[in-house]
Amino acid sequence: MEKSYETVIGLEVHVELATKTKIFCGCSTAFGAEPNAHTCPVCTGMPGSLPVLNRQVLEYAAAVGLATNCEITRETKFDRKNYFYPDNPQNYQISQLYLPICRNGYVEIEAEEGHKKIGIHEIHMEEDAGKLIHDEWQDCTLVDYNRSGVPLIEIVSEPDMRSAEEVIAYLEKLRMLIQYLGASDCKLQEGSMRADVNLSVREAGSGKLGTRTEMKNLNSFRAITNAIEGERERQIALLEAGENVIQETRRWDDTKGESYAMRSKEDAQDYRYFPEPDLTPIVISDEMLARIRAGQPEFREEKMERYRKEYGLPDYDIDILTQSRHMAELFEQTSAICGQPKKVSNWLMVQTMQLLKEKAMDAEDICFSPEHLAKLIALTDAKAINSSVAKEVFEVMFTSDIDPEQYVEEKGLKTTNDAGELKKVIEEVIAANPQSVCDYRNGKEKAIGFLVGQTMKAMKGKADPAAVNAMLKELL
Amino acid sequence: MERLEYTAVGLGSAIKSGKVTAEAAVEAVLARIKEKESALHCYVTVDEEGALTRARAVQKRIDSGELTGALAGVPVAVKDNLCTKGMRTTCSSRMLAGFVPTYTAHAVQKLEQAGAVIIGKTNMDEFAMGSTTETSAFGVTRNPYNEAHVPGGSSGGSAAAVAAGECFYALGSDTGGSIRQPASFCGVVGMKPTYGTVSRYGLIAYGSSLDQIGPLSQDVTDCAAVLTAIAGHDDKDSTSLQREDTDFMSALHEDVKGLRIGIPRDYFSDGLNGEVREAVMAAAKVLERKGAVIEEFSLGLVKYAIPCYYTIAAAEASSNLERFDGIKYGYRTTEFEGLHSMYKKTRSEGFGAEVKRRIMLGSFVLSSGYYDAYYLKALRVKALIKKAFDDAFAKYDLLLGPVAPTTAPKLGESLADPIQMYLGDIYTISVNLAGLPAISVPCGTDSRGLPIGLQLIGDCYQEKKILCAAYAYEQQRVFE
Repeated sequence: MEKSYETVIGLEVHVELATKTKIFCGCSTAFGAEPNAHTCPVCTGMPGSLPVLNRQVLEYAAAVGLATNCEITRETKFDRKNYFYPDNPQNYQISQLYLPICRNGYVEIEAEEGHKKIGIHEIHMEEDAGKLIHDEWQDCTLVDYNRSGVPLIEIVSEPDMRSAEEVIAYLEKLRMLIQYLGASDCKLQEGSMRADVNLSVREAGSGKLGTRTEMKNLNSFRAITNAIEGERERQIALLEAGENVIQETRRWDDTKGESYAMRSKEDAQDYRYFPEPDLTPIVISDEMLARIRAGQPEFREEKMERYRKEYGLPDYDIDILTQSRHMAELFEQTSAICGQPKKVSNWLMVQTMQLLKEKAMDAEDICFSPEHLAKLIALTDAKAINSSVAKEVFEVMFTSDIDPEQYVEEKGLKTTNDAGELKKVIEEVIAANPQSVCDYRNGKEKAIGFLVGQTMKAMKGKADPAAVNAMLKELL
Repeated sequence: MERLEYTAVGLGSAIKSGKVTAEAAVEAVLARIKEKESALHCYVTVDEEGALTRARAVQKRIDSGELTGALAGVPVAVKDNLCTKGMRTTCSSRMLAGFVPTYTAHAVQKLEQAGAVIIGKTNMDEFAMGSTTETSAFGVTRNPYNEAHVPGGSSGGSAAAVAAGECFYALGSDTGGSIRQPASFCGVVGMKPTYGTVSRYGLIAYGSSLDQIGPLSQDVTDCAAVLTAIAGHDDKDSTSLQREDTDFMSALHEDVKGLRIGIPRDYFSDGLNGEVREAVMAAAKVLERKGAVIEEFSLGLVKYAIPCYYTIAAAEASSNLERFDGIKYGYRTTEFEGLHSMYKKTRSEGFGAEVKRRIMLGSFVLSSGYYDAYYLKALRVKALIKKAFDDAFAKYDLLLGPVAPTTAPKLGESLADPIQMYLGDIYTISVNLAGLPAISVPCGTDSRGLPIGLQLIGDCYQEKKILCAAYAYEQQRVFE
């Protein structure tokens, strides 16, 4: 009889925090600068330099801890993790081992069997390393320390997940919470969120954990799913063949769809952790904790509930609108101005989502203001512009946040209300298209569509199609 | 050129009153260096041109009334583990032989703001690891009192330079006695302030939780003036203290009446040289005659201080010195195959024996499986030592004892037996473990003419009590 196996998964998630400056110095965290432009003696490990903690990092880490139901360590400390690598300018990383800032939390996900709690073992703060760039031309390796000292939190889960679906649900949940907090943009592709998967298998019903492996280099949800499936199968095949799983770190190659061993437990390094003597212990006061607690935003579940009650929107709309805090806020602010939540929702769900997809952008990158969207809605409501002009204007607004009123005025896109002018144009169209006129009069209802189109063209789009239709019928 | 017989503060007022110019002071120092340096080797780097240029610039600012401080225009020597922008900073190591920092240490910057003129960088034990200045990669420094003897260490170059008149005062650093012990051996004043009083930003770290920058000077008044100039909070050092009481000149008076001084019996046991004991006890008598209340007591735990110190300092050093890897700056081996070979060869060739010994010791005590037994235990002992001092300071204002068990040993005597050398730190290192301030004041010479130092230890923040007692003693000593 074939055995049935259970997969046991725990995650280590690194999240780059959205601070303006680095964790231990005043250098900018901005992405994309010239190599080593954002560096100083501290983040390049110059002799004699000393770290000073960026308080914003502490606040973000504690806020993520509160959002994930963690206990906040009231006296937290940093430790040094010692290992030699050129991207690590001091050859030790300032991290937290003994007293991490958050412990014993959980998040709730929707699993097959309903609500499920995924335990969070701890969240700790640490600094990112630099980046090695191999110069093939000169056959040498160069180091860019711009990323060195960018603040990270590492969220270590309990081994509570049992499938790739649960892992994705957990990551989505973390991402949503952290994005709502504004603590990070959590982009997997850009590396501002990175997940390492710890996985083992065991016979179903067994209380004992199997030997686990750690999988690295997972840059997308798809890669994570593939890696989990692949590793589960690899481990089961080993056990079925009577072999043992070796505890090791493996690197996933998503293009080949397979992983290979990076290092085993035997050559695991001794990091010689010890308390960082250059940073004093940090005491999180009642006041500070209360302030961070008070600063927690309305999270997605709460928003969804409120939207149902307050706006009476369909669940489908609510689901899309609340996928990003920025989008949700745009919705709320625009609705507050124009008082038409369903119309706002439509603009966001349909046109906005479509443009985001076309331009491969995130909801966080939307730049137009609620005032402008409200004005656009008001223009269409007043029939000052027709729907195709509105779409045109929206596209411009989406890219450069123009004021739609001003834009319509400047470009002369307003619908003409001059009945006399419209009548003159329609008469010309009728005269120029005798065949279509004839078809229509012979009962071909569709022919009028062509005539409306010709009229709109002649009016350069500045007419209300309904009015055109009505007048055509009248004149014919 | 005539040697300028001034203290630092004395020279400062002579410059202000126009009797001497800053440039003339530098010229006098350079002449003195020319005369003595080949025998003593106090400096790793002497920046003649730079010093003269700086002196002329400072003189202008004195003349314009912009600079009015006690040390304006006075030449200073800086220990070679303090970063100086544009001036080679080597830690007396082959590893940093060509290293030119891109920034200046906070303490040095404060001196520059006060108008000090930096002459150069003084020799030291490599990375401040040693008690004799013999572990320097650039050769030993000799004791100005007797060139066959060491100047002490690790701030041996600074102490010898002050003693020989090759500068008017100097900066040193003290992790386990590295200011006080060479001050004692060279007959000058040296002070280690309360941990956190002087910013460590720009001090190339040895034992981060113990390191502290301080002055080496000709007398107690200079010591107070220098400390006043360099003390104060610095946002760039998280361990820097917020202190308002940094006008140390106000402590320079002779009123020690009723000052309670405890003499730890533990500091006068068998290991202490008889002549040193006599000189220190005589100094205690001087203070007693001036009204201080002297009492013997048992401090306790003294024998645990050395293993505790060498565990903690070595552990921190093993991590602090990891950045010297041949990648970013400093020495890199010429031939290697791959990254690990480069690391290994660079560090094997770049570091000297004593540094390597401490890196290995420190790596060992932090290794998994040994961390609890060594490092954590040492931290617990450190807390107990602090507690023993707390108990003592509940009864006494100051503690008084020797700085070192002997006067300066002969060159070559110490390195052969490192354990014996480590034991020489017995009276100084517990002060670092407890983060306390302490001073070394000359209190006589032995039969061979080698200086003896008196150590006064205060509770945290009590530099003024120390300076007051040291000043009172110094005034009296002059009269005797």
